[in-house]
Amino acid sequence: MISDDQAEQFFRSGHTNNWAVLVCTSRFWFNYRHVANTLSVYRSVKRLGIPDSHIVLMLADDMACNPRNPKPATVFSHKNMELNVYGDDVEVDYRSYEVTVENFLRVLTGRIPPSTPRSKRLLSDDRSNILIYMTGHGGNGFLKFQDSEEITNIELADAFEQMWQKRRYNELLFIIDTCQGASMYERFYSPNIMALASSQVGEDSLSHQPDPAIGVHLMDRYTFYVLEFLEEINPASQTNMNDLFQVCPKSLCVSTPGHRTDLFQRDPKNVLITDFFGSVRKVEITTETISLQQYSEMESSYKEDQMDEELMEPLKYAEQLPVAQIIHQKPKLKDWHPPGGFILGLWALIIMVFFKTYGIKHMKFIF
Amino acid sequence: MAAAMPLALVVLLLLGPGGPARAESPRDSLREELVITPLPSGDVAATFQFRIRWDSELQREGVSHYRLFPKALGQLISKYSLRELHLSFTQGFWRTRYWGPPFLQASSGAELWVWFQDTVTDVDKSWKELSNVLSGIFCASLNFIDSTNTVTPTASFKPLGLANDTDHYFLRYAVLPREVVCTENLTPWKKLLPCSSKAGLSVLLKADRLFHTRYHSQAVHIRPICRNARCTSISWELRQTLSVVFDAFITGQGKKDWSLFRMFSRTLTEPCPLASESRVYVDITNYSQDNETVEVNPPPTTTYEDVILGTRRTYAVYDLLDTAMINNSRNLNLQLKWKKPPENGYIHYQPAQDRLQPHLLEMLIQLPANSVTKVSIQFERALLKWTEYTPDPNHGFYISPSVLSALVPSMVAAKPVDWEGSPLFNTLFPVSDGSSYFVRLYTEPLLVNLPTPDFSMPYNVICLTCTVVAVCYGSFYNLLTRTFHIEEPSTGGLAKRLANLIRRARGVPPL
Repeated sequence: MISDDQAEQFFRSGHTNNWAVLVCTSRFWFNYRHVANTLSVYRSVKRLGIPDSHIVLMLADDMACNPRNPKPATVFSHKNMELNVYGDDVEVDYRSYEVTVENFLRVLTGRIPPSTPRSKRLLSDDRSNILIYMTGHGGNGFLKFQDSEEITNIELADAFEQMWQKRRYNELLFIIDTCQGASMYERFYSPNIMALASSQVGEDSLSHQPDPAIGVHLMDRYTFYVLEFLEEINPASQTNMNDLFQVCPKSLCVSTPGHRTDLFQRDPKNVLITDFFGSVRKVEITTETISLQQYSEMESSYKEDQMDEELMEPLKYAEQLPVAQIIHQKPKLKDWHPPGGFILGLWALIIMVFFKTYGIKHMKFIF
Repeated sequence: MAAAMPLALVVLLLLGPGGPARAESPRDSLREELVITPLPSGDVAATFQFRIRWDSELQREGVSHYRLFPKALGQLISKYSLRELHLSFTQGFWRTRYWGPPFLQASSGAELWVWFQDTVTDVDKSWKELSNVLSGIFCASLNFIDSTNTVTPTASFKPLGLANDTDHYFLRYAVLPREVVCTENLTPWKKLLPCSSKAGLSVLLKADRLFHTRYHSQAVHIRPICRNARCTSISWELRQTLSVVFDAFITGQGKKDWSLFRMFSRTLTEPCPLASESRVYVDITNYSQDNETVEVNPPPTTTYEDVILGTRRTYAVYDLLDTAMINNSRNLNLQLKWKKPPENGYIHYQPAQDRLQPHLLEMLIQLPANSVTKVSIQFERALLKWTEYTPDPNHGFYISPSVLSALVPSMVAAKPVDWEGSPLFNTLFPVSDGSSYFVRLYTEPLLVNLPTPDFSMPYNVICLTCTVVAVCYGSFYNLLTRTFHIEEPSTGGLAKRLANLIRRARGVPPL
């Protein structure tokens, strides 16, 4: 028997599925830490239950198989090399040159070209809780993508509004770990958005520690402490958002993390971490059994199919280098296209000028 | 949204014709194989092949039951009417000169070539959609394939499978050389295997070892093949191949002994229960020129000999389905050892320290007969401090010549000579035994043209600056600090009076 509070808690959150969009916007080897940031969040989110099909992971550069990585196929978050956040089971949806502002906004708003595969789409609905994590180099009001373009906080706020209008989310948690990160959430105006940033306007977010073997900084401070916090969460834990707000105080992070909850309807102390980082799985256990068809029944039908599927003439493999045939093949005639309007107009002009200068009497020789 | 619609239609078609009584019988089989080839340079190459043969006509009947053949690829074949598909991801380059010819080489980056069936009306549209779908399946940026990097070869890339006629209009080929291969491409590739990475040869596929290699190439090949010897019906063949070359120095730490554990950090525990054949082949051909043989442990039960790529090769065969080889209590960890003692080579290198000591490189090499050995060193030219240049830097800088000290075998055996009795030209070098004589040869010194700065520059700059300062600043200083007042010309003066006297005498007007 479940009590009333348990039943109420079951329905409190209001969402039925979870999505995560994790974006690393920096290219080049010295921005290793941004990729490590994103992969740590990816790892936590997968561990807490969100499957790969519900995660859109965008990494702007490849660090794991970078020729400068002394340990290929690994990305570490701590200099003791304990935690390989790249893992063995990673699926990156947008990589390298595909991580652009346009693709990011298209993923959020759903306005994607029709041939995009499913793994690259955010197929959320109005009962989805979405976690959006962004990291890279940023400034007051913008975030830099791959050193060639940037996204402004106004564009981001408008994208979220589009998502709200199209009913693409139930609640949204936006986390950003860049310099002056708080400027990115200043302009949000859509409901049900909670935002966290690693530093206030005018402050820089600092990196955690360099590693002498790899030669670069491995992670940023804010995400490092968030990862430490998330490692203690399991899918059943009841920790709420207020604990996440306290994660990296100024003594550890040097910058002041900020958060914004005025657009969010629920009280942060009632919002569980697993509402965004974990996945809702309401499982029903059944005691009925289902019997599967025996394999041997299918074997008997195999023989009769074998008889009636033979073709008349034997087939053969193609010759890989038929020299005689290649030498004597005629070049394929390109399809003839009628001349376009411009060429026709030009010729008409030339002919008109000719007849005007030399007189119309020449016409009778043509017709 | 538009792509979801045709996909839904295809699904309906596939479920439709399946009658209630007769379920689709799975007629597919899996063969897996690993070939370990020790290479002449001390590295070792491992080639995995997983081959699924499916006796089914994918075009004619609706397929609803996928057993070993992966559904993701089967649906692609029927939706886009493919005849053949070859997709490969490669990192590195196969060094044929050091490693010998490869079984299957692929272009660096991502390479995709496809033969469509002749029922396809708009090949370019199908090609674009296919590359998008494949980019989602393999987590690669294949969606960058468009008309700017696609070609239609007219003579090469003939179909590797059955083909009645080859109209090259239905062939498309594209390469993305910038494509990076990493774990995210290996993960979906592994998931297409029937035993995934849980049993059989695929337990060896661990990303952190497979990418720590000099060459890594994974590919998917789909083509129609003959079902039987008479070749009257078609089967579909899916081959997943993965070739890696482990470097002797990076992974082997310089030793030439290899084992499965050293290469993959795993050993084989059990065969894949879905496989009809699961074998490991080790190349034990003797390298006759070095007289080295490789010894394999545990000793193989059978060997296989054939002419492969033009040369006769012998392979040791290990059958994982044989319970004597591998069972619950025993793992299979193949070890390769070289029988010949390590070659007596010697290298001594002392790097230079700027302005303290030069580079020193000494090598002891055994030259093979009838061959040419080239030794080369690369160096970079740097700028010196400007006081370190000689007065004539445009002449160049000299690098001292290399010295070659060699023991050359004699044609005729010489007998040890008496130092005092023989002529002086015969007693320059001491001779220990008469079978070879010692020579010391030198190469020419190398004259290197270093980039020289313009030494006249400081002089020019000083001149120009001083001129500018003197003219401009001097003028301004004078204008600002001097006052000007009018001076009455002096009327008298002795010199002037004398001068006027002389001028009057000459008849010239006075001053």
